[in-house]
Amino acid sequence: MPLSSRHLLGLQGVPKDDIQLILETANTFREVLERPIKKVPTLQGKTIVNLFYENSTRTRISFELAEKRLSSDTINFSQSSSSVKKGESLKDTIRNIEAMKIDMIIIRHSAAGTPHYLTKICNANIINAGDGIHEHPTQALLDMYSLKERFGKLEGLKVCIVGDVAHSRVALSNIYGLITMGAKVSVCGPSTMIPRFIEKLGVNVTYDIDEAIRDNDVLNVLRIQLERKAGGYFPSLREYAKYFGITQERLDNNKDITILHPGPINRGVEISSEVADGNNQIILHQVTNGVAIRMAVLYLLGTLN
Amino acid sequence: MPDQIKVVDKLGLDRILTRISHEILEKNKGSENLVLMGMRTRGEFLAARIAKKIKQIDEIELPLGILDVTLYRDDFRTSLKQPQVSVSNITFDINGKDIILIDDVLFTGRTVRSALNALMDFGRPASIQLFILIDRGHRELPIRADYVGKNIPTSVYQEIKVKMEEIDGEDSIYLVELNKK
Amino acid sequence: MNVILKDINLFNPLSKIDQKKVSILLKDGIISKIGNIDSKEFENSEVFELDSKYVVPGFIDMHVHLREPGREDEETIVTGSNAAANGGFTEIACMPNTSPAIDSAEIINFIKKHSTKHLVNVYPIAAASLGRNGEVLSPIAELFEAGAVALSDDGVAIKTSSLLRKVLEYSKMYDLPVIEHCEDETLSDGAMNEGINSTQLGLPPLPSVSEDLIVSRDILMAEYTGGKIHIAHISTKKSIQLVRKAKQKGINITAEVTPHHFTLTEDYLKSYDTNYKMNPPLRTEEDVNAVIEGLKDGTIDCIVSDHAPHSIEEKEEEFQYAPNGIIGLETMIGLSLSELYHKKILSLKEIVEKLSINPRNILKIPVPQFSIGEPANFTILDLDSVWTVDISKFKSKSRNTPFDKRLLSGKSFGVINNNQMFIDDSFVNI
Repeated sequence: MPLSSRHLLGLQGVPKDDIQLILETANTFREVLERPIKKVPTLQGKTIVNLFYENSTRTRISFELAEKRLSSDTINFSQSSSSVKKGESLKDTIRNIEAMKIDMIIIRHSAAGTPHYLTKICNANIINAGDGIHEHPTQALLDMYSLKERFGKLEGLKVCIVGDVAHSRVALSNIYGLITMGAKVSVCGPSTMIPRFIEKLGVNVTYDIDEAIRDNDVLNVLRIQLERKAGGYFPSLREYAKYFGITQERLDNNKDITILHPGPINRGVEISSEVADGNNQIILHQVTNGVAIRMAVLYLLGTLN
Repeated sequence: MPDQIKVVDKLGLDRILTRISHEILEKNKGSENLVLMGMRTRGEFLAARIAKKIKQIDEIELPLGILDVTLYRDDFRTSLKQPQVSVSNITFDINGKDIILIDDVLFTGRTVRSALNALMDFGRPASIQLFILIDRGHRELPIRADYVGKNIPTSVYQEIKVKMEEIDGEDSIYLVELNKK
Repeated sequence: MNVILKDINLFNPLSKIDQKKVSILLKDGIISKIGNIDSKEFENSEVFELDSKYVVPGFIDMHVHLREPGREDEETIVTGSNAAANGGFTEIACMPNTSPAIDSAEIINFIKKHSTKHLVNVYPIAAASLGRNGEVLSPIAELFEAGAVALSDDGVAIKTSSLLRKVLEYSKMYDLPVIEHCEDETLSDGAMNEGINSTQLGLPPLPSVSEDLIVSRDILMAEYTGGKIHIAHISTKKSIQLVRKAKQKGINITAEVTPHHFTLTEDYLKSYDTNYKMNPPLRTEEDVNAVIEGLKDGTIDCIVSDHAPHSIEEKEEEFQYAPNGIIGLETMIGLSLSELYHKKILSLKEIVEKLSINPRNILKIPVPQFSIGEPANFTILDLDSVWTVDISKFKSKSRNTPFDKRLLSGKSFGVINNNQMFIDDSFVNI
């Protein structure tokens, strides 16, 4: 069965079968990545545009590699949202790019809903590579893939998302995806960074990091965006690190816990160096799996007729 | 149900595999540098059976790989259904090896073409030889098999269906009449 | 010129007129006879067969953004007035957030100059602070003398409590109402109502408490100073409760609501359609129900459109960056009749009060009495006509509305004012 949608805009409402298919298909590409020649001809002749209105070296490189390893033609377009606001409108940009006969657009944008808007103004397959504080579906998929690789299944797995949940697209996509797959999801962070009513999504809330470590199989530690401090969401980096930072001593309460982090890491803030390099984390697996997941998504959308 | 005729039964299939195993050994003057590569799905099981027979004959366990060629197919744009991919499983180095590539039916030759491309991405084998259980004709590419189980000339309105115990619950080969449109 | 409106239902709750199937004779725009018109008058009159349509005191929209001066590409005084006539209004009050703001007699005169000779009367609302900056009092006495009917920094609330106090005290001398856009700007960098929907859509939240805080502040300040506060586009359950209690205490406060706040909820935002982006944002079903309660029990005095024209280019920006607001002059009567009158939430009397009598009283614009010798100032309502909104037929320069293609029951059939009639999509001198 192919995917039920021709776009990947988010994981909200994406059926379990679709997530399962993406995760299983990623196995194939995980194997391709182990070959001497890490390239297959599957998307030959397809043209994919990486439209990045926000800086993101990692996500862009990961998508670009995935595209090249599927033999598609790849074009990068990077511009900061602010300069776009002054110049050509998004609609004109998209229409122009589409007129050059392209097949797929990977979009990263600071405004939520922009990928959804793209589906209304052009015919390409749209993949959301992060829209504002809304969703970042491929990140959540690679997180889930990494957990499935480690634990064999997602059902019943206890995962706590730690940090600035209110301003995190990674958190939201993980919550949707993990709950669909039957995991037990909770969030932990300073109360100013936990959205009101988040319980309605079916997650538990705790403000005690030690409790979160004790009660979970996995912590997905979010990056603290330093500009949030300016917004006054927490008093200081020092206080954040002291009360919510993941340190080796804290992990003594649960030596088997698995630590994920979407990167880039602020060492010494949300996670100590010792933990970032230690045995509990699988951060670099996430990065490798990221390419495989993106190849899987590109394959499944790019070969839909 | 379309009309179908059984063209090979369980015993017939076993005889073919025994004969081919001998041919492989004979042609390669032994089994030292051989590896078997089954193409998903039924090629995989054919390869396993040949491995077993060669072990009986030569008391050697040949490396057995599984090749999924979906990613190398050239019909994404024309076929209506999205093919499901699965994993290739090749746990050994194919550089310098003599590969016996194994599939159930040879038709247009396009799948074999995909397999050749795929194998090249895994390394540089010394040679690749092709074993096909049924050759039904209608080639579109210049490809021929080194070992053929049985030639069954067909029309385009027919199909060869290979069934194997491992997944189909029976060993037999059918010639199926498709509905002419 | 003589005009006969034949077989109308004449309805004016203020002067207690409720006459069925009568006719009116207008001579040069003046009411000269009501009742049975002599048959020989018919020969030299233009006769309109109105077949029991309702003639009511001319409707007023007291919350309109005309964009002139400054953004004439989005709306002008004339196109906004045309939209008002098409929508069923004989008067509109325009908000001061133009560029420059309406904070001097010159700008008021400019608006008046551009609106004379039109069927629709335009009443300027002046800025409460100079440039709407929230720092210095605007020249309130001069503005009043030039014709301002109210004061407001609409778009934002009056910035500080100390300035609000001065505005209320100063405006008291002229009995000018202060219209407040209630929003605590320190809580307001969001794009939609805060709730589980804002979390799910990833849109920065705008909490309802931001409105409630300023409503509370304004009520307390109105009580303290004895000034007159009018709460613009009220939208939260709590704010409505606060206004209800303040009215019970006898505090000088009134409130208005827009059709979108009694018709739509935040659920519509799921499409990321910027035509659902407004400020105050669309709220929850609970808030909509509270608005309807408030309309019923009189806590909410008026219905206004908050007509906010925006260019297509700006509304096509990314949701977070797109401007707030929708146009509403040409859908407000249809929505009010469909959602309130036909759903038996408000009677026709209450509709006329909220769209004509109450806002006129708040701005001290006389209510037509329907007496002989009075200039005709009518809205003619076709209560049961079923029609589909079609933005291509709008008179407004802008097209930003979420109500395009919506099926509505009831509309304005025409308006009469200033010796002119707008009927059948055109203006006629009478």
